[in-house]
Amino acid sequence: MNARVAEAAYDVARVRADFPVLSTTVRGKRLAFLDTAASAQRPLAVIEAVDHYERTSHANVHRGVYQLSQKATDAFEGARERVRHFLNASSLKEVIFTRGTTESINLVAQSWGPRLGPGDEILITWMEHHANIVPWQMLCQRTGATLKVAPIDRRGELDLEAFRALLSSRTKLVAFTQVSNALGTVLPIQDMIAAARAVGALTLVDGAQAVAHQRVDVQALNCDFYAFSSHKLYGPTGIGVLWARESVLRDMPPWQGGGDMILTVSFSGTTYNELPYRFEAGTPNMSGAVGLAAAIGYLEALGIERAHAHEQRLLGRATAALKAIEGVQIIGEAKEKSGVISFVVDGVHPHDLGTILDDEGVAVRTGHHCAMPVMEFFDVPATARASFGCYSDDADIDQLVRALGRAREVFG
Amino acid sequence: MDLKDLYRDVILDHNKRPRNFGRLEPCDTSADGNNPLCGDRLTLTLRLEGDRISDIKFDGKGCAISTASASLMTEAIKGKDGAAIKHLSELVHQALTAHGDDSAPPAELGKLAALAGVREYPARVKCASLCWHTLDAALKHRANALGEAPIGPATVSTE
Ligand SMILES: Cc1ncc(COP(=O)(O)O)c(C=O)c1O
Repeated sequence: MNARVAEAAYDVARVRADFPVLSTTVRGKRLAFLDTAASAQRPLAVIEAVDHYERTSHANVHRGVYQLSQKATDAFEGARERVRHFLNASSLKEVIFTRGTTESINLVAQSWGPRLGPGDEILITWMEHHANIVPWQMLCQRTGATLKVAPIDRRGELDLEAFRALLSSRTKLVAFTQVSNALGTVLPIQDMIAAARAVGALTLVDGAQAVAHQRVDVQALNCDFYAFSSHKLYGPTGIGVLWARESVLRDMPPWQGGGDMILTVSFSGTTYNELPYRFEAGTPNMSGAVGLAAAIGYLEALGIERAHAHEQRLLGRATAALKAIEGVQIIGEAKEKSGVISFVVDGVHPHDLGTILDDEGVAVRTGHHCAMPVMEFFDVPATARASFGCYSDDADIDQLVRALGRAREVFG
Repeated sequence: MDLKDLYRDVILDHNKRPRNFGRLEPCDTSADGNNPLCGDRLTLTLRLEGDRISDIKFDGKGCAISTASASLMTEAIKGKDGAAIKHLSELVHQALTAHGDDSAPPAELGKLAALAGVREYPARVKCASLCWHTLDAALKHRANALGEAPIGPATVSTE
């Protein structure tokens, strides 16, 4: 699609009206919410879908023969179908509901992981979120496998040559983020997946920062695992998804035991339920699934490509505006970036910056963004990060620029 | 609530030109403090005569509030004995956490009173209190070391 045409048709004021929180104020000032990468705000469509479910359709799923339980089951399984379609997965069996990206990755580490042993390697990149580092460190500690880390360069791009050089027949799993939450870098995941497959490794894509901004097709990607969280996609917290290739899932033991994941339980032996239920022990988060489905519906109606084009325009404008301010340094200048700008200001610690921006109604994240290796690489204790969503607008950027001026005033 | 109450001139000054910055070598006790959420790191080194602090320095990297707070603390406690420090530490803690209280902090606090603006910014209280927690760890470390078994370097974390 021609980005310019899409942009012309994008009515951000109408989008903003769908998000009630955007009309609230902070210390009497307009809220400029620039922390969508940490958690996106929810549109009315999501709030109302959850509300409707709670008022009319709630009971436990997969259990009761009565009508209300059937309604809840339909809503929950309907959400699964919505996710399947959203990811273009070939089967519902491949869509597992979890608490979020973190739990999805831990599920893989704990269920698929124990087959590894000394001599086996897991490859990740230097710009992973802690959620895609720590579960692998724990697994390596348990199994004697080795964790390898592909380096990045000063622009915040993956060193693809070094990445390729680290792949070998010892590599059993390659796990990487699609978009860096700390730098905004979009990784060349299609190439990475192909390279990993060529040495026979499985691939896990951390899609937490990607799903809300670009269309994902797990079949076209040809990865083996894809993880994301609903709350970064304008949906509720406490729910997320692990998509996994059916042939890989078949070969994975359950990771938590309990109700729903069994067919029969007896003291002489228990048989496990079929996919995907084998990986969903206990009563699931039904209202969360309903909210996630509504969020996907909202984003698809809005048009992911149109929202993305809008965010890219804001990214370009904000990058230029920040660069024009003396003393501001942007951390992460990859050629292809998502709507995320990490930056530091000379003489102003990010934490002080966060407080001053807040005083001006500007909500940005300050800190290490759960990516401490990235902070170490760029030799900063922390950064401030502004990130955009479908509802971000030019006024948000103007307010950020003004507030940065104020910070420089205070710290003269 | 006004930003000027948080970033008072005294604080901006101590952030720009921290007093007693560096390390005492040798020293009688030391401790590291860190606030992982914002990446503040601080090392205190102390010389003691009995329970009186005869000299103290701080080293590290942090936000303006944590740097100024450490700088002000070193000035305020140098030369004081254990009881006086404990008293001061309690007063500071009260001043930092008295959310919604707009009465003036006690005169005894002296320049440390400049930190009272933090009380209206709950997310920043940890920044201001990090150095005091670290001081406490250094003094306890010293007390332990004088007891039976010396322990390893003291570290505190605000998380
Ligand atoms: C790239 C990336 N991976 C993983 C996560 C973890 O997501 P969650 O906390 O929803 O499990 C995040 C969230 O910050 C992220 O940005």
